[in-house]
Amino acid sequence: MAAITSDNHGLRLVTRYVVLTLIAIIFVFPLIFMVMSSFKPDLQLLRDTSGIRAFLPVGDISLNNYVAAFERAPVALFVFNSVLVTGVTVLLSLLLCSMAAFSFVFLQWRGRNVLLSIIIATLIVPFETIAIPLLLLVSKLPWIGFDGFTIGWLNSYRVQIIPWIADGLTIFLFVQFFKDLPRDLIEASRVEGASWWQIYTKVVMPLSGPVIATAAILKFLVMYNQYLWPLIVVQEETYRPVMVGLQYFFQLNTAWGEVMAYLTVITVPVLTFYLILQRAFIASIASTGVKG
Amino acid sequence: MAQVKLRDIRKSYGPVEVIKGVDIDIDDGEFVVFVGPSGCGKSTLLRMIAGLEDISDGTLEIDGIRVNDIEPSKRGIAMVFQSYAIFPHMTVRENVAFGLTINKAGKAEKSEKVAEAARILQMEHLLDRRPSELSGGQRQRVAIGRAIVRDPKVFLFDEPLSNLDAALRMDMRMEIGKLHQDLGTSMIYVTHDQVEAMTLADKIVVLKDGKVMQAGAPMELYHAPENLFVAGFLGAPSMNFMDVTVGSVNETTVSVSNASLDQIDVPHKGRNFVAGQTATLGVRPQYLHPATDGQGRLHGKVMLSERLGSETVIDVALADGSKIIAALAEDSIQEPGTAANFDFNPAQAHIFPETR
Ligand SMILES: Nc1ncnc2c1ncn2[C@@H]1O[C@H](COP(=O)(O)OP(=O)(O)OP(=O)(O)O)[C@@H](O)[C@H]1O
Ligand SMILES: [Mg+2]
Repeated sequence: MAAITSDNHGLRLVTRYVVLTLIAIIFVFPLIFMVMSSFKPDLQLLRDTSGIRAFLPVGDISLNNYVAAFERAPVALFVFNSVLVTGVTVLLSLLLCSMAAFSFVFLQWRGRNVLLSIIIATLIVPFETIAIPLLLLVSKLPWIGFDGFTIGWLNSYRVQIIPWIADGLTIFLFVQFFKDLPRDLIEASRVEGASWWQIYTKVVMPLSGPVIATAAILKFLVMYNQYLWPLIVVQEETYRPVMVGLQYFFQLNTAWGEVMAYLTVITVPVLTFYLILQRAFIASIASTGVKG
Repeated sequence: MAQVKLRDIRKSYGPVEVIKGVDIDIDDGEFVVFVGPSGCGKSTLLRMIAGLEDISDGTLEIDGIRVNDIEPSKRGIAMVFQSYAIFPHMTVRENVAFGLTINKAGKAEKSEKVAEAARILQMEHLLDRRPSELSGGQRQRVAIGRAIVRDPKVFLFDEPLSNLDAALRMDMRMEIGKLHQDLGTSMIYVTHDQVEAMTLADKIVVLKDGKVMQAGAPMELYHAPENLFVAGFLGAPSMNFMDVTVGSVNETTVSVSNASLDQIDVPHKGRNFVAGQTATLGVRPQYLHPATDGQGRLHGKVMLSERLGSETVIDVALADGSKIIAALAEDSIQEPGTAANFDFNPAQAHIFPETR
């Protein structure tokens, strides 16, 4: 009996790893192609695409594409802009959306169910439909900054950040997670004299690691991949993010090697962010896994 | 230490009233146990005292002050939850000190109080562990420790032992009893385990459908239940009930009988009866003893007998088809199918005007 079960187990393990490896290969090959191509001159790059050479560092390998890419466009500035906009938006979004969800789940106020339904309903509205009205709105909004009172938010970081902080999906994720937290923990905190703010900071958020990681990753991807919105609200190079910067390489004839080099550079922050959060994600699951 | 006073307390969820006018007095240092069947409103009542549920109507006083609208943390209570409700992301020490941390207590005071609670509950060696590294009983200790450091006027427990296994439950029950002795603080304890109620309580409050059926010392409830519900609820095995016909009503007794029961005079304790009515007679299984052939007041047939060594539990069928149980305090051989005759002291029987 024991032998049979362990055999079975081994077989299942092998199958699982084979499947996982296949999936990993499917996902990782485009990345390898991108990185390898970034070291090759255009002609060789295009010739190699027909075979396995596309995934190998063979032939005329150099950093020329990177040098050219950095000459053609202010790559560092674009990466900085994107990282700044993305980072600030993710942080503010986690903070404000979790607070909104906290209020929906734990506080008693009139109309909260209706409001939550409306917020969730916004999930089905595609951004394209509200882009133009939103543009009209932000172009007339006032602002008080270092240079005094101004009208219109175009060409700024804030126009790329503020409209994206609150979103239905993030609120919804937090609401679902908070609903599953044991009610007794909240009530025990209240009996102990914790204010709602203390319950939020000392009890609820420390237990919300998994949902924070999930929401952060989703938000990060949305923000880092912003294209349409910055395209219409940011005309100045100073505030341009990475995806819009890609245009620089699709001029009269596309410089594929430079495109690959540029893509490789702008992928680095994504991978870094993902790897950091993945660890936090696993750690938080391990520490909250307490059953009664 | 404090008195707690409930006056005509009511609770409604929408149109449904679940607590229907409850009056309870809890004295300084008293250990009061709320018992009752599932859904009778024990937890709701406790949570209203804690301030976790609004009080729809009535007055709740702690130490002579009306606290209906005072926040849970300002009522001077501490609560131990059935699920323990300890914070999984904090160590035991942080859990126990949570209330002190929240209220910005000094470092010295904090460590002193935590040490004191840990000493009382003998969990000094657990202080730096996380809740996931604790057993059920140890988690329960942490929850109680967190209550102790608050120095409450009243402890509230909502079925604190129901997640523990039988052996541990007995240990913890004794520990809670000892804790009460040591601290001398008023405690309110909810359970549906009547052994916990009988052993721990100074006063038991039996609830049913949001109303108090009877409140009093455990032995008072056991020996002088005021109604059929309390009589049947306390005691194990539970009290035998028989439908009987009232023959005559005398000054202090009523004489009753039925097909299996010879006429006896049972004290009516001021309850009202009329001759000819059907009433319910209650006798505890332990008060039945076998009588010699043809003698005895109660006649039936042995259905089943369980010999436990020190005790024999016999199921007896009566003439009207109902079943009663006799618990004899000796080892006795009773063949199923044979006639069984029992005797009992009518003064130990109870007669209730209501029928089941
Ligand atoms: N939030 C609520 N909304 C509506 N009804 C409720 C609510 N909470 C409790 N009730 C009802 O109130 C009654 C009393 O519930 P309660 O939890 O106090 O019972 P209990 O005596 O503690 O039972 P148990 O022994 O099962 O814990 C039940 O009938 C329950 O259905
Ligand atoms: Mg309950």
